[in-house]
Amino acid sequence: MSAIPFPAPPADSDEVLALRGEFRAFLDKHLGHRSPRQRSDNWYGFSRDFSRAMGQAGYLGMTWPKQYGGHERSAFERYVVVEESLAYGAPVGAHWIADRQSGPSIIKFGTDEQKETILPGIAAGKLAFGIGMSEPDSGSDLAATRTKAVRDGDVYRVTGTKVWTSFAHEADYVILFCRTSGTPADRHQGTSQLLVNLKDTPGLTIKPIIDLAGQHHFNEMHFEDAAVPAKNLLGAEGDGWNQVMSELAFERSGPERFLSSIELMYQLLEALRGREDDAALAMIGRLTAQLAVLRRLSRSVAAMLQAKENAGLQAAIVKDVGAVWEQTLPDFARQLVDAEPDPRTAAAYAGVLANIVHNAPSWSLRGGTREILRGIIARGLGTR
Amino acid sequence: MLADMIQRLFERSLGDAAQSEAREGKWLPALWAEVEEMGLPLALLSEEQGGFGLAPADQGEALRLLGHLAVPLPVAETMAANRLLAEAGLPLAEGAAGLARADDLTLADGRLSGTVHRVAWGENLDCLALAVGNTLYHVPRSGWTLTEPGTALNFHPRPSLAIDWVVDASAPLPHDPLAEGATVRAFQIAGALEAALDLTLEHTATRVQFGKPLQKNQVVQHELAKLAGELACATAAADLAAEALARGDLRGVAAGSLRAREAAGNGASIATQMHGAIGFTREHPLHLFTTSLWTWRDEFGGQVFWATLLGRAAMAAGEEGYWPMVTEL
Ligand SMILES: Cc1cc2nc3c(=O)[nH]c(=O)nc-3n(C[C@H](O)[C@H](O)[C@H](O)COP(=O)(O)OP(=O)(O)OC[C@H]3O[C@@H](n4cnc5c(N)ncnc54)[C@H](O)[C@@H]3O)c2cc1C
Repeated sequence: MSAIPFPAPPADSDEVLALRGEFRAFLDKHLGHRSPRQRSDNWYGFSRDFSRAMGQAGYLGMTWPKQYGGHERSAFERYVVVEESLAYGAPVGAHWIADRQSGPSIIKFGTDEQKETILPGIAAGKLAFGIGMSEPDSGSDLAATRTKAVRDGDVYRVTGTKVWTSFAHEADYVILFCRTSGTPADRHQGTSQLLVNLKDTPGLTIKPIIDLAGQHHFNEMHFEDAAVPAKNLLGAEGDGWNQVMSELAFERSGPERFLSSIELMYQLLEALRGREDDAALAMIGRLTAQLAVLRRLSRSVAAMLQAKENAGLQAAIVKDVGAVWEQTLPDFARQLVDAEPDPRTAAAYAGVLANIVHNAPSWSLRGGTREILRGIIARGLGTR
Repeated sequence: MLADMIQRLFERSLGDAAQSEAREGKWLPALWAEVEEMGLPLALLSEEQGGFGLAPADQGEALRLLGHLAVPLPVAETMAANRLLAEAGLPLAEGAAGLARADDLTLADGRLSGTVHRVAWGENLDCLALAVGNTLYHVPRSGWTLTEPGTALNFHPRPSLAIDWVVDASAPLPHDPLAEGATVRAFQIAGALEAALDLTLEHTATRVQFGKPLQKNQVVQHELAKLAGELACATAAADLAAEALARGDLRGVAAGSLRAREAAGNGASIATQMHGAIGFTREHPLHLFTTSLWTWRDEFGGQVFWATLLGRAAMAAGEEGYWPMVTEL
């Protein structure tokens, strides 16, 4: 039997149901005034105020030890907060990456000092992180990294270029994947991860890269003999590959992998109102069925994380199938309602459609491309 | 446990010859006798109802296996019909059973009459669990004659039945037979898709072209990955439908059933393509699964019926209520 097993997620407990209600009220209170167009920015939204409010209310670092500012709650409780944030189109950019992957990486590999100085700041919504993996010549092929960090007394001297670094211009830290010995020909060997303070690293310059919609969210980070304190080494020198794979597993396991265009679904329902024939109803029904099943699969991943099982393969399936859903939604919408999408209009449907059409291509690239994910799934099926 | 028993029974007693007889529309009495001996018709009943008292996960596994083994008998239908009859407090089937809804039947002077369309193995059933409006009837075999013959895409019979029966067994409907049937079909679809993936993995590992197994080509690997995704969706969809059925939530049944129906089509086409011409024949077992997938995805309410039901619920929820509705499914 070849099926990749997805354990059945448990029914929502009373705590989980209560949390959902509480958190929806929290979102209404803090974000109730935002327009559909703003909500459709989804995780491109970056608001220090909102992230601090999340931290204050105990919605960040939810599963982490209390000792580090966490709340020792279950993977399901965190799941509720994450999915409700996205379904609401909350501006999550100032805590998203730190809460999802950087914090968990530091818990797993960091020194006591790193844990004590950084984790409470993330849990309070005060420290934002970026992901320092991709380079001009190292995209899907992450092991081709060239960025070099050479130990020099109590610092590493870093030289090289990272690209596509989301929020590098706003965030406080990135976890930098780099080479501490050897050459790119050594592939996985000789790589390490460094915690780089973005606000205070001489020799680091950050330049915007403007995306096709004219937005500035990702950047080029250029390191020119930049000094990073040696105590900022994350984990073991030379163990970077295992660590970065673990970080990617955190990155890929969330439910955000199918909710990026959800605001368009809401606006589509309103745009259809009054002219919904059976064909339109059937299409909405089919899309809803797909979404409900994706959500169930995603909750299975949360169940596996709760049980401390490796969910890498399952998460790859959810991200692959999920990206197709969120990406093709605008095409279905366009079959149901005629509107010329307009990125500057105040009209809800045409504005949201514009934003989604502009951004949809990125959803099968970021965090591992569709092709790379399918390769991972195929390997899980025993073909490679 | 039950799963092992089912597996052993059909591996022992269901071979190519039986499959091709079933494709001619022939009933397999010896195999059915074994099914009854094992007690499978009562498998979905609680212990108080005289059944196995299986946990939902084990019920699902049993139903999936019936799809995985392409069982050419109405075992799943009988299991579902008996659950419905038991919940309504009506007598259980004494042989194979079907389940259906037919709202245009007429009831006059205690006599029920009209046509029930396309009932699986209608000629060979002991009884029909039939819903008309909010009433469930236990219609015995003597209560119908065959009108039109009908054939499913897997060549199993789907005759239409002319009901003419003096009602002597009826009760308020506990839940909808279409929902029950659609849920059972979702499990069978998941099972058949798993068989299709098994066969496709095996075929692409052993078939060599251009000096290497098909599976060593990246395009083939990516198709396998997509097939695994469809299987994951179908399996989760069946579970989702079953949980919704237990809560009496037709929207959830619709969601699960629809996604399984969609996976049936998507999965069958990938599996067939990856097999090449041999997958398009009766010489290779793949066709047992693909033709059944194409059959099951259009039964117990069609795609449009369920999709409009769920679409209407989504429209009623609207911008504000849509997401909360999704979290309830
Ligand atoms: C919006 C956005 C935000 C991002 N944010 C970050 C960030 O914060 N930090 C960060 O480090 N990176 C970030 N990225 C980068 C992202 O991780 C990379 O784009 C991704 O890993 C792919 O790398 P690439 O763009 O160099 O494409 P390439 O690797 O050059 O791939 C180009 C195409 O070839 C395909 N391909 C490549 N190799 C193979 C293969 N072996 N087999 C089959 N097909 C293959 C790919 O699937 C793709 O379709 C972001 C990207 C986007 C779009």
